[in-house]
Amino acid sequence: MPLLEVAGLSKRFGGFVALEGIDLTVTEGERVGLIGPNGSGKSTLVNCICGTLANEAGTVRFDGQTIDGLLTHERTHRGMARSFQLPRPFLTLTVADNLRVPLLYTVNPRRAHSLRPDEIDERCAELLRLVGLFDKAAASPRDLTQVDMRKLELARAMAAEPKLLIADEAMAGLSQSEVDDIVALLIRLNERGITIVLIEHIMRAVMRFSQRLVVLVSGKKIADGPPADVVCDAEVERAYIGQ
Amino acid sequence: MLIRSSPRLRQETNREPRTGRNPLSQYLFVLIVIACAVVVFFGARAIGNDYVFFAGYTVLQYVVLATAWNILGGYTGYVNFGSAAFFAMGAYATVFFHKLFPLPIPVLIVIGAIVSGLVGFGMGYLTLRLRGAFFAIATLALAVVLQTFVVNWDYVGGSRGAYIIRPSENVLTGPYIQYLFLLMLALVVLGLVCARGIERSQLGCGFAAIRDDELAAEACGVPTLRLKLIATTVSGALMGMAGAPFPYYIGYLQPSSAFGLEYAVNSIAMPMIGGTTSWVGPLIGAILLGSLQQIATVTISSAVNLLIVGLLLVGFVIIAPNGIVGLVQDRLRGKDK
Repeated sequence: MPLLEVAGLSKRFGGFVALEGIDLTVTEGERVGLIGPNGSGKSTLVNCICGTLANEAGTVRFDGQTIDGLLTHERTHRGMARSFQLPRPFLTLTVADNLRVPLLYTVNPRRAHSLRPDEIDERCAELLRLVGLFDKAAASPRDLTQVDMRKLELARAMAAEPKLLIADEAMAGLSQSEVDDIVALLIRLNERGITIVLIEHIMRAVMRFSQRLVVLVSGKKIADGPPADVVCDAEVERAYIGQ
Repeated sequence: MLIRSSPRLRQETNREPRTGRNPLSQYLFVLIVIACAVVVFFGARAIGNDYVFFAGYTVLQYVVLATAWNILGGYTGYVNFGSAAFFAMGAYATVFFHKLFPLPIPVLIVIGAIVSGLVGFGMGYLTLRLRGAFFAIATLALAVVLQTFVVNWDYVGGSRGAYIIRPSENVLTGPYIQYLFLLMLALVVLGLVCARGIERSQLGCGFAAIRDDELAAEACGVPTLRLKLIATTVSGALMGMAGAPFPYYIGYLQPSSAFGLEYAVNSIAMPMIGGTTSWVGPLIGAILLGSLQQIATVTISSAVNLLIVGLLLVGFVIIAPNGIVGLVQDRLRGKDK
């Protein structure tokens, strides 16, 4: 059953067409990689799906319902979570309190009974364990390393108990072993039943992670299929390597 | 897998409870604040000089204004330059009802809260899509618009101003100024309890998220616009409450004194100097700066007031950008290490 259905989505900034007629379907439990050269519209697509930007044409359906016009937090409440390309932690809160925000504002309203404070603590601890930040629960995000910051970003997205996680360049600027770390983490999250769309430049990571690969070039989708086939596609090669 | 034993996390998070995990502590806090207020009131009475009440009233009024400003400016990070407008709306609501149908001051305080709360809500709705300096300018503009409105409204005295004859005695406290002082003290208690309550609740957590990163807060499911509207309304209402008894205190209210620059400047400077992240900051800042201004008014001249504020603000921005509270916290943290 499709979890996310994007149909004919277009977005323009003034005269510049950022996205043109994008169709994208993501099935429940899938791991989809989204790649494309710089400026191809990947982040714009994420922003349109998450409600940060409004698309001019086309529709976005999530979990069987049209979500056009909904605000970002309403989409989050319905089970969509994202991590940002540049980590955007809440700097004046501790690492643990960063996770508390989605727990209080997304998980609690969904439940019949709000989580008790000790249950919230437990959830925080569990999430921090999952991403390996448990020892830094009381630290300020300012003191985290780049890779830990990325992990916090993912943990915070996870705290909202999403059905779909959109990870926007979760690995940019990390070393090879750190990239492996994050890929392993993402696969672990997927095994817990979360559908993941990964936007990434690092091909090694994308190839290891994705079950399906989608390629955007200048605002158009030019390929969509099994990773091994997509990277051999002539059009994709042309876009990346040139003729 | 759930981790049952997380002593370290719990220990660390207990130090700064944000989810109101200990409701008893809030009751205890209310009692402590009321006890302090009682001590302050009877202490002032023991001195036996009405001037103490006149000067003290102004300081307390600034505690309320600074606390109110901080709920919007400190917790959510939206700098409001129009505090004087909210204060004046409360004061002019009192003038209006004084002429229309005299009411006891506690009722006028509630009316002031409603009027300024509505103005806060309206301002929030119109301007909260603006950020940073643009929001600050919009609030400043709001103050100018409202002042123009009051200046041209004859019923409340227009630009001439309005006289309010203060009764000399009150059954509860004797001298009327002591009654006003007591009311302002009650507002201080209300303001502090309100600010601390917000700070430690889910609301406070959401406000902090908005202050740090609005886009990320929204992505975490925080309904940012609704929360900001709550902040502007509560902040405005508290300022209106502080303004409601003012005509009785001053006796003669004119637009230029109700919309005075010192209210806008002080209600920003006091939290900044005290520290904006907790309810203690505005309290410390207002007591410190307010008292200093009262002393300067008597010893040097009343014109020196804003100069003192300006110099202190510049000094603090350079030396202690997180205010006195931040300075103390850094010290404590330094000792931990």
